[in-house]
Amino acid sequence: MAEYPATLKYTKEHEWVDGESPATVGITPYAAEALGDVVFVELPEVGATIEHGTVVGEIESTKSVSELYAPVSGTVTEVNQAVVDDPELVGSAPFEGGWLFKVEVSATGELLTADEYRAHAGV
Amino acid sequence: MTDKKTPLHDEHVALGAHMTEFGGWQMPLRYTSDLAEHRAVRETAGLFDLSHMGDIGVHGPEAAAFLDHALVGAISQVKLLRARYSMICADDGGVLDDLIVYRTGETEYFVVANAANTEVVLDEFRRRAAAFDVEVVPAPSALLAVQGPRAEEILRATDGFEEDPEASGGVTLENLRYYACAPMRFRDEAVVVGRTGYTGEDGFEIWVSPDRAVELWRAVLAAGEPFGLVPAGLSARDSLRLEAGMPLYGHELDTTTTPFEAGMGRVVRLDKETADGEPLAFVGRDALASRKGAQPARVLVGLRGEGRRPARAGYDVVRRTADGDAGAKVGSVTSGVPSPTLGYPVAMAYVTPEVSAEGTELAVDVRGRAEPFVVVPLPFYRRTK
Repeated sequence: MAEYPATLKYTKEHEWVDGESPATVGITPYAAEALGDVVFVELPEVGATIEHGTVVGEIESTKSVSELYAPVSGTVTEVNQAVVDDPELVGSAPFEGGWLFKVEVSATGELLTADEYRAHAGV
Repeated sequence: MTDKKTPLHDEHVALGAHMTEFGGWQMPLRYTSDLAEHRAVRETAGLFDLSHMGDIGVHGPEAAAFLDHALVGAISQVKLLRARYSMICADDGGVLDDLIVYRTGETEYFVVANAANTEVVLDEFRRRAAAFDVEVVPAPSALLAVQGPRAEEILRATDGFEEDPEASGGVTLENLRYYACAPMRFRDEAVVVGRTGYTGEDGFEIWVSPDRAVELWRAVLAAGEPFGLVPAGLSARDSLRLEAGMPLYGHELDTTTTPFEAGMGRVVRLDKETADGEPLAFVGRDALASRKGAQPARVLVGLRGEGRRPARAGYDVVRRTADGDAGAKVGSVTSGVPSPTLGYPVAMAYVTPEVSAEGTELAVDVRGRAEPFVVVPLPFYRRTK
């Protein structure tokens, strides 16, 4: 059973975001497990302005495609090239090497605590 | 309606399988990783629970004549302990199901239908059997498949699994031929073993009574472990069959599709005859005879992706413009995955005949973006013997 760090915030769409500046964004182990083996990720471009709650990318597994939602608004400062090159990292290390992008936060949407997220996802 | 559970359901749950609904059954989608399960089958072996498949017994003096009438193939020519891939069509030639017929006795056959079509096939069989001296009986049993290059060694090492040359007329695991079957034993029980599968690898399918399924499942897993055998789910089964160019009912085949469009014209035996040498008027014959040789409106092709993004069932196949953009729609994807074995996306699609030639450069509309694909021959993958 995966640990959901209390230091992170979560979305109902199964992303996580930390409180750093810029903030790092990824998907939760629950989402990674549901997706299966990830084979392709499409991330927003560095410099792009993103808005919380909107679709900013895609995560594609052997069996399905799911949309990636921005948990916060702001400007993308970095994308994880390692995960673009090796998408399986999303599943094997969702909180670490499988992070997706970093964003200079201008506003946040509705975010859940670890406990709230676990209750939402049923994990 | 709640989904049915196979006799191995609790085994899957205990193994931590991610379960899914398929054809009215709760089935394991994957245990750990689709890719790892797929690769295990290609490299060593995988163990599948296929108990959801529909088993139908056909017994009686006119069993062969009935199957010749009900199916498109020449089933009466199937020899004892051999199997044949066939289809059941409607009067208009549309495919109601694709299935495998095993001949287990002089006047005894069993037919394995797709889970979701079992009732349709049973109903059609009963209707079509009216004029024949034959019994059509559902024969629910557990079905395990051991698939992969090490399958034979693993079954030989399985505790309690034994060949039965006396009952099978000398047939052993080693000399059991592709698309043949034989009675064998698991402990004190008679089982039927077929050298058939849906993965493109060597392998076996084993029918066992439901109350012995768990025992056999565990015995094969234990014997297979040193070889690298893993339990494999429907996700791996789908990517394996797709690499092997095998159709899946509901994707490449349905009631609006004839065997000819699906590239399966070889299974239709318009030349079959009655015992008196008359042309045999099997169900769908007239419609299929008029289609044979005619240019179908669409044909099934293999597509190889030139980029990294896989095409999915239902996506449009389009012409590729000079700038690589999406042109006019020329077809639809029926199945698509990133091929674990080949490392690039593969798909099957129905396209109009003028763009079906090998090497034709097309594109698939992947959620608004034209991804380049090229027409290639099927299958995508063929094992080396």
